[in-house]
Amino acid sequence: MTASFELRGVGQARAGRTVLQDIDVTIPRHLITVLCGPSGGGKTSLLRLLNRLDDPVRGDILFDGTPIVEYAVTDLRRRVALVFQTPVMFSGTVSDNLAVAAELAGVQDRRFDEQASQVMLLAELEPSLLKRPGGELSAGQKQRVNLARALMTSPDVLLLDEPTSALDPETSRALMKTIGSLSEVRRLTIAVATHRVSEARDYAHHALVLRDGRVVDSGDSERILSGLPDPDATSP
Amino acid sequence: MQTLDILEQPLLDLTWMDLTVAVGLVLIAIGVSGWHRTGLARSFAVGAIRTVLQLTLVGYLLVYIFAIDRWYLVVAALLLMLVAASKAAVDRQDSKPAGLFGITGAALLLGSGLTLIYVSVMVVHVDPWYNPRYLIPLFGMILGNAMNAAALAADRLKGEMETRHAEIEAYLALGANSVRAAREPVRRALRASMIPTVNSLMVVGIVSLPGMMTGQIIAGSDPLVAIRYQIVVMFMLGSAVALAAVIVVLGYRRTFFTPAEQFRPTDA
Repeated sequence: MTASFELRGVGQARAGRTVLQDIDVTIPRHLITVLCGPSGGGKTSLLRLLNRLDDPVRGDILFDGTPIVEYAVTDLRRRVALVFQTPVMFSGTVSDNLAVAAELAGVQDRRFDEQASQVMLLAELEPSLLKRPGGELSAGQKQRVNLARALMTSPDVLLLDEPTSALDPETSRALMKTIGSLSEVRRLTIAVATHRVSEARDYAHHALVLRDGRVVDSGDSERILSGLPDPDATSP
Repeated sequence: MQTLDILEQPLLDLTWMDLTVAVGLVLIAIGVSGWHRTGLARSFAVGAIRTVLQLTLVGYLLVYIFAIDRWYLVVAALLLMLVAASKAAVDRQDSKPAGLFGITGAALLLGSGLTLIYVSVMVVHVDPWYNPRYLIPLFGMILGNAMNAAALAADRLKGEMETRHAEIEAYLALGANSVRAAREPVRRALRASMIPTVNSLMVVGIVSLPGMMTGQIIAGSDPLVAIRYQIVVMFMLGSAVALAAVIVVLGYRRTFFTPAEQFRPTDA
């Protein structure tokens, strides 16, 4: 199992408060790693370090064996795509949103339509949605558009921060199924932060459990996730 | 002819007694403020006193500068005006990050300075080049408008950057640099700062007769000469406002990002 990311002694603080400490983990290549644990445990903070939206206050992060700071940050972010918890739609249509990513990735105009169709398919979106204004979409559709937009840059890694937090259970399951298939279809390394353990069980290969800014367990997802309670599970 | 008689009449001088009578106008404003408890009565009074003191001081300074006729005194006066305008523009901001005074000063220096040089050399042909009778009033007008535009641009940029926090980070996360990520906030801040000048260009002469022109007419200038000066003034304000606003916005935008293209609105 080769590592896509290695974190060594990583610590992070925000507004004077420690949000991550002594993080020594790897995120394996071409597999789905789930970051789970209670809210406020540090999952989002960790994901933000991986594409350098933030930098750690201590420790080192390696991507493909090279310190992350040695990559040009804009190139790194095109290779390591981050999809936020709350989907962000740029002004205009779905196609306009994809065009922003295409422009940043240097996709030639003549290839745009083909690439847009591909990512819409991967994100399991109807092609007819391309002309729809982004503001008119449902929460689930917006999240899929954010996913499709991230895929336009042909990333090697996909980071997803609580992608299903605003979705109903059925929509959540459908989105997680899509994410699960991406790992195989596109050979992506995927890291998903979620507190909904049940969603991750069917798709994750590897798991990290974060609590109070520390990794309290890591390894095979089947072992780890089977022992974790699902905070969203309802009583019979 | 009656028209020529009017143009040849000498300027009516105002005595300090006349000014005392004019205080009645301020008392009206103070009265209205007090009547509706706007809390501005005291500010009006203090403002009126400051107006008298500051303009009197400026008047005597100008008499001195005109009499001495030295280029370095004129330049010193212009620089003093620039520093005061920069401070005033920064003081209007809710937050004052390190570097904003420098950015604003540079914006006003370049925006107002380049405009003044263009107008005084290429348009009015001021002679000698430092003639305070032209440079100081022209610079004052340019600077006042550029200062307002700079303050408005900085304030609007900060508001837009904070409101669009998520959008900006979404652009950054896709691999955009800070210039691309902040394109929309920059555009909106520039629009907001330049719209008042555009509006003035649209309505000048219809809704109001501007101060430069009215001052010249009262002083006895031919209205056809006065309007030419006013046209020059309106054009130079457009230039100064645009230059000052764009320099402030582009400079201030940089303070919102780290060298690693990370968004830090609370630091700005």
